[in-house]
Amino acid sequence: MILSQILGGNGGALVEKAANFSEATAGKISIRDVSIIYDPEGARIVAVDGCSLEIPAGEFCVIVGPSGCGKTTLLNAIAGFHGVSSGEIYMDDQLLCSPEMTTAPGADRIVVFQNGALFPWKTVLDNVTFGPVIQGRMTSKEAREAGHELLLQMGLSGISHRYPSEISGGMRRRVEIARAMMNDPKVLLLDEPFRAMDALTKTVIQKYLLDVYDASHKTVFFITHNLEEAIFLGTRVIVVTSRPARVKKVININIPRPRDFRVLSSEYYRNLKEEALEAVHEEAQKAFEAGERERA
Amino acid sequence: MEPDELSKSVEGQSLAEQGAQPTLPEEEREPLTWEIMLSRIKYALRTSAPYLGALGLLSTLLAYWLLTEVIKAPLFEKVPGPVAVASEWFSHHPMFRISIYSGIYYKHIWASCWRIIQAFLLATVLGVPLGLFMGWKKVFKDYTFPLFELTRPIPMLAWVPLAILMFPGYEASVIYVTFLGAFFVTTLNTLLGVESIDEVYFRAALCLGSRPRHIFFHVIVPGALPFIFTGLQISMGYSWFCLVAGEMIAGKYGLGYLIWNAYMEFQEPVLIIAMITLGFLGWFSSALIRMVARRLMQWQVREIAG
Amino acid sequence: MSAPLKNSKNGVLGKKVKGFLATKSACRGIFSIVVALLIWEFGTRYGLPILNAIPPPSAVLVSFKESFVDPWYWGSWESSFIRIGLGFIFAQIIGIPLGLLMGSSRYFRELSLPVFEVLRPIPPLAWVPASALFWPTPEESIVFVTFLGAFFVTILNIVGGARSIDARYVRAAVSLGSSRKDIFWRIILPGTLPSIIVAMTVGIGICWNTVVAAEMLAGHSGLGFLTWRAYVTFSYPLIVVGMISIGIAGYISSAIIRLLGSRMTPWLKTS
Repeated sequence: MILSQILGGNGGALVEKAANFSEATAGKISIRDVSIIYDPEGARIVAVDGCSLEIPAGEFCVIVGPSGCGKTTLLNAIAGFHGVSSGEIYMDDQLLCSPEMTTAPGADRIVVFQNGALFPWKTVLDNVTFGPVIQGRMTSKEAREAGHELLLQMGLSGISHRYPSEISGGMRRRVEIARAMMNDPKVLLLDEPFRAMDALTKTVIQKYLLDVYDASHKTVFFITHNLEEAIFLGTRVIVVTSRPARVKKVININIPRPRDFRVLSSEYYRNLKEEALEAVHEEAQKAFEAGERERA
Repeated sequence: MEPDELSKSVEGQSLAEQGAQPTLPEEEREPLTWEIMLSRIKYALRTSAPYLGALGLLSTLLAYWLLTEVIKAPLFEKVPGPVAVASEWFSHHPMFRISIYSGIYYKHIWASCWRIIQAFLLATVLGVPLGLFMGWKKVFKDYTFPLFELTRPIPMLAWVPLAILMFPGYEASVIYVTFLGAFFVTTLNTLLGVESIDEVYFRAALCLGSRPRHIFFHVIVPGALPFIFTGLQISMGYSWFCLVAGEMIAGKYGLGYLIWNAYMEFQEPVLIIAMITLGFLGWFSSALIRMVARRLMQWQVREIAG
Repeated sequence: MSAPLKNSKNGVLGKKVKGFLATKSACRGIFSIVVALLIWEFGTRYGLPILNAIPPPSAVLVSFKESFVDPWYWGSWESSFIRIGLGFIFAQIIGIPLGLLMGSSRYFRELSLPVFEVLRPIPPLAWVPASALFWPTPEESIVFVTFLGAFFVTILNIVGGARSIDARYVRAAVSLGSSRKDIFWRIILPGTLPSIIVAMTVGIGICWNTVVAAEMLAGHSGLGFLTWRAYVTFSYPLIVVGMISIGIAGYISSAIIRLLGSRMTPWLKTS
């Protein structure tokens, strides 16, 4: 189901207007030999070292690695929050980042942050409608209607007038995903978004994200340190080394979609986990020994 | 307990197969403000706090009365007691013309209040935007902050003689000194407020396609609001502080002047009356700001309540 | 973190300062200060509206040079500092234990806090005449008013700080076998130290304001009196000298407090 089909009728027309209606081929990401070095107070830190990765459009790609290994830095570079020291990043064959230039962050590649970034001073509805309204793609009234529809269809009706501090963590995260989807981005960048949740809420929200992915087929770039989450969610799992980050192992997840929690006890799952576990554990050990301090 | 809508989607229902709800849901009926207040008062009355508090206040008053008018303890000889103060304050023919029935009392009150209003408003109107800009544009801060920090350590009251030179006439110089004090506090707190905003909100706004003016109005201003209001409360208290000093040193009407004059003319009860009035006005003005803050920052109120 | 710091502290520090001064930020700051000074200088000479009544920086510099060698000037510093010191220290001696008591004992707090809340909004300077009625000498009354300003701030900050100590620390201590005395000395006291320091920092600023005003009103010595007297005797450059001196004195006191503060709470330093 594409968003307009979810909403149907008037709502669908509104969302079509909201979305610069993207084809399924958009959102291809090419990371070519990227290195990111940053320099706080003279200590040269190599966060990413010669990382190369091709992510086809519409793929759910998950990066797994120990904390502090540089995967967030890579995500930030794709998002445009800082630049690369060498190498290039392309989106749909257009140059996104190089040592000379960095494309400013924009609604074509929206980030869902680790600890949530819903504006605390705006209601849920205002948060969700923020993007289209300030980009000028919709009037305020149209945006509110579309926002209500979207929240309704995503199971979040009834809280549109509440502030983020009044709703639970799980709901906040869903609202943030809704806020991103309102802008129909080409790529969804998720930076350990479910890290701060308890295990039970996590399984429900993971399923929720999969539903959204199945409906929209956006390219998803998902970062986590949790191998099980990675295998459950991803089409491909990329294991990266402890800092500096390099691609260590690529695993194709052949589990068919749509997936649900029953996957977790299937044989597919167990085999894939075994395949990845040793690589991940090796890097975790190295990171532990290096005394990595968590990057918040 | 939140209604657990999440459980519905686990059972394999598609997201769209939720229970029917109106397309544009009505706002839930929030309990009225006075209902909340009433229940809070009722709850507070069940604890020991208000009774002990009243006990503390009454015993202090009692001690004050005993020391000044009954026992006439050594150091307290010249201090007027509560009876003397009350008999002046509430009499129809006050000896020193200061009572709740006399026009002059209110004239002094109004003189002080009007000066505070002018100084405080000016300081806020200038200080908040300045602080916001300093927090927003680093270059601007580079130019303005050093000057700011160099002038700030000078206590406001040290400005009084210079202010009298700069603005001949008492009125303007007193307002200027009051304004300066409030201005520094407001600007600094606003700046701190902007700098306290978590970087992540700026990034989220950028991701959603914000241009600089959107960042200013949708992230910087609301984000700094809590600090701004804390600053406004502090600056209000500080304004009263500076005003009273200014009026005592160089004023013609107003409560500060009244205090000083009463002291010079041996009208002791008036002294105390003016002090109490000042205390009340100070508390009242801070409470006003707190009320405005609560209205503007609903999200904080609900967070604390929830 | 990096080896160079261990080898030559002064060398790296000097380099850091030089490095900072070369930054654009510092340049812009210095630029704006210079521009402000120039405006001040020429504004007073060429009759700009507000500025023409005040003395130009050049005259102030001359006055400064004279004051430097004038023993009365330094005597003023001494008088003011003594008053500040006395008022401030008394406020801490009485305020800190009282505040801690109010912070740790719920009943005592409920008894006494309303009294404080009622008295606090009265500006300290409004107390000057009342305190002059009470205390025999003007010196004592000035110190008392100074004391009051810092006292209220101290009490309120400590009470707030004591109440915000995470209850888990207390529970952890109890489960590790602490007595009430231990809990006080090892949990509550260190836990409130940050707010004590905040109170001291704010308090010293209030003290300076109060002392300066009190000296202007009713003093015979001190930096505030010096400034006021300069006005009364038409020695206008001396007014600015007085103001700047007070500013410097205030800054020095705050710096001392901050230094003390970071010594007392080493755990607050983030790496």
